[in-house]
Amino acid sequence: MAKNDLIGGSLWEQYSAIVSERMNNPRHRGEISEEEAKALGARLIVADWGAESCGDAVRLYWAVDPKTDRILQAKFKSFGCGTAIASSDMMAELSIGKTVDEALKITNIEVERSLRDDAETPAIPPQKMHCSVMAYDVIKKAASVYKGVDLSSLAEEDIVCECARVGLRTIREVIRINDLKTVEEITQFTKAGAFCKSCLRPGGHEKRKYYLVDILRDTRTAMEQEKLFAQADAGDFSAKNLIQKHRAIEKALDEKIRPALAADGGSIEVVDIRESEGTVSVYIRYLGACRGCISSTKGTLQFIENMLHQELAGNIRVIPV
Amino acid sequence: MDRIYLDNNATTIVDPRVKEAMEPFFCQQYGNPNSLHGFGTEVHPAMRLAMDRLYAGIGAGNADDIIVTSCACEGNNHVLKGVYFDLVRSGPKSEILTTQVEHPCVRNTCAFLESLGAKVIYMPVNADGVVDGETLRRFIHPDRTALVSVMWANNETGLIFPVRELGEICRENSVLFHSDAVQAIGKIPVDVNRVPVDFLTFSAHKFHGPKGVGGLFIRKGLKLTPLIHGGEQMGGRRAGTVNVPYFVGMGLAMEMAVDNLAYEDRAVRRLRDRLEDAILAIPDTLVVGERERRTPNTILASFRGIEGEAMIWDLNANGVAASTGSACASESLEPNPTFAAMCISDELAHTSIRFSLSRFSTEEEIDQAAAVIRRSAQRLRAISSTYKNSK
Repeated sequence: MAKNDLIGGSLWEQYSAIVSERMNNPRHRGEISEEEAKALGARLIVADWGAESCGDAVRLYWAVDPKTDRILQAKFKSFGCGTAIASSDMMAELSIGKTVDEALKITNIEVERSLRDDAETPAIPPQKMHCSVMAYDVIKKAASVYKGVDLSSLAEEDIVCECARVGLRTIREVIRINDLKTVEEITQFTKAGAFCKSCLRPGGHEKRKYYLVDILRDTRTAMEQEKLFAQADAGDFSAKNLIQKHRAIEKALDEKIRPALAADGGSIEVVDIRESEGTVSVYIRYLGACRGCISSTKGTLQFIENMLHQELAGNIRVIPV
Repeated sequence: MDRIYLDNNATTIVDPRVKEAMEPFFCQQYGNPNSLHGFGTEVHPAMRLAMDRLYAGIGAGNADDIIVTSCACEGNNHVLKGVYFDLVRSGPKSEILTTQVEHPCVRNTCAFLESLGAKVIYMPVNADGVVDGETLRRFIHPDRTALVSVMWANNETGLIFPVRELGEICRENSVLFHSDAVQAIGKIPVDVNRVPVDFLTFSAHKFHGPKGVGGLFIRKGLKLTPLIHGGEQMGGRRAGTVNVPYFVGMGLAMEMAVDNLAYEDRAVRRLRDRLEDAILAIPDTLVVGERERRTPNTILASFRGIEGEAMIWDLNANGVAASTGSACASESLEPNPTFAAMCISDELAHTSIRFSLSRFSTEEEIDQAAAVIRRSAQRLRAISSTYKNSK
């Protein structure tokens, strides 16, 4: 909240002149008929996206040259607000002359930039960015129809924020690298959640597959766990508590001892660990070929104990049971 | 281009006579009414007259109180928070009953009280879009219910609630009853003798008075912890120097609103019906609620295949001001909870347009607006991807 937020109802004042103009007189509104497409020697593609019940729906018509994959003509129809109509119009315009693969690279962000009056001023207020996303989605749909492939095959990585086009991997990385602790920080770093805010948490304008609150919580939990493990593994053996000692012993067994035993078809498991009067007693049970082996009470036992002394501490005693 | 204003449920033009009545209290009689000297006392007659007009306007008795507030939003906050402090926080009751279709100033205040530990029940509306006596009986409880707060008429649909019946049920159960009458004053009779309300709130700017002034009726003898503490103004019930010119203006606006009720019922209703007929003559349109059940100035219409914001944008570009409940037109993109409560489908919620008239609306304006609406619907349907021509 600040001075500019205190007087409401400024939604329309934040539309660029181009948005207003495109809303009042969309240049590419309408349909392309089969006959018109045929006259151009083109294939007619019709793609629908959205639904009236969601408040936004758009239909895109493309006349595509089947030899060059080039979009010769584009028209649209829209059930949507001013922003949806203006961005559909710009999206249709941007797709004309491009190949289908080139058109697939058009994003809602590019559409929004093309609607700006000047490079610095956003064409629409942040919460309406959401309404431009449909223009991007319908292109993908049209391309999938043209290519005769499933829509999901054109999907890129998991997108968390449609408005700013930020993916799941990016968000996880940014949280880790910058040690982010709040959703607000994620928005500051990535712009995810800065627009329609649907992806911030459940219960917003639109239902989402991923929410920033969940990603943040899960990533922080994972980071916390890794930190605990790292702490448990580091530091002086004698200063560790019993659980950490157990972990350290298991780790040493896994890395230095079990592979050697396994070479002879044997193994060991830890049965108990007891601490008294400065000695750590590790009770082990032999498994596999080690069971009953003569060396298990002599050479092998010595090897295990020496290895633990070397890896962890000199006050460890290994007792087979 | 002459603009046509059809958003009178949002606010109204100040009647020029009201503005004139306010004039002297800015630069001539500008004293503080609490001062003992002549500057202070000379404004008292005008304030007494304004008070008389407010009391007469809603049928209040001399033992009742009408507090001058800043708006109905303040009045509603005062009632809800006051009753919470008096009966819930430090009293025997635990629940507040309201409806799912109240204005945000009631709904969000209730949500705040919930955060403080009060239990709030949001009663559903029936098929006619209002909370009926049967529903209230299901939820009201003499030991638990501290307050029932139900609007007199709905801002979006204009639907009139059976406040008399609801008030009587509250009386039977010895439960306090509040009604937000902000959309009723000046449109239909509001009489605290006919309807047993304990608290009633209103805002001057909805009946051709100025913005920033309103009233709170409190039935005689009732306690209500103040919302604004400070000086002794309004008998200690609401501190703050009274906004004298606005109070004077509200008084006159109330008198004129009540005097114009017959005109409202006859002439405004006729124009409203004329506009409604014109809208319904456009294919695939509908209007929410039966005419007789609505305030005489309101139409909530839906134009199939046209998103609400796009429609009011186009209407505005052609000189007609209306409003939409479409989520796309709200700052927050939040869907309108009133529509959800009324089981109005999502499609309808996204296509709803509200037209609200006033006694300043003219037949010429209405016919011109009808033509603009028809053209807008045609143009937007021509580019709509979901509209299928049904003829």
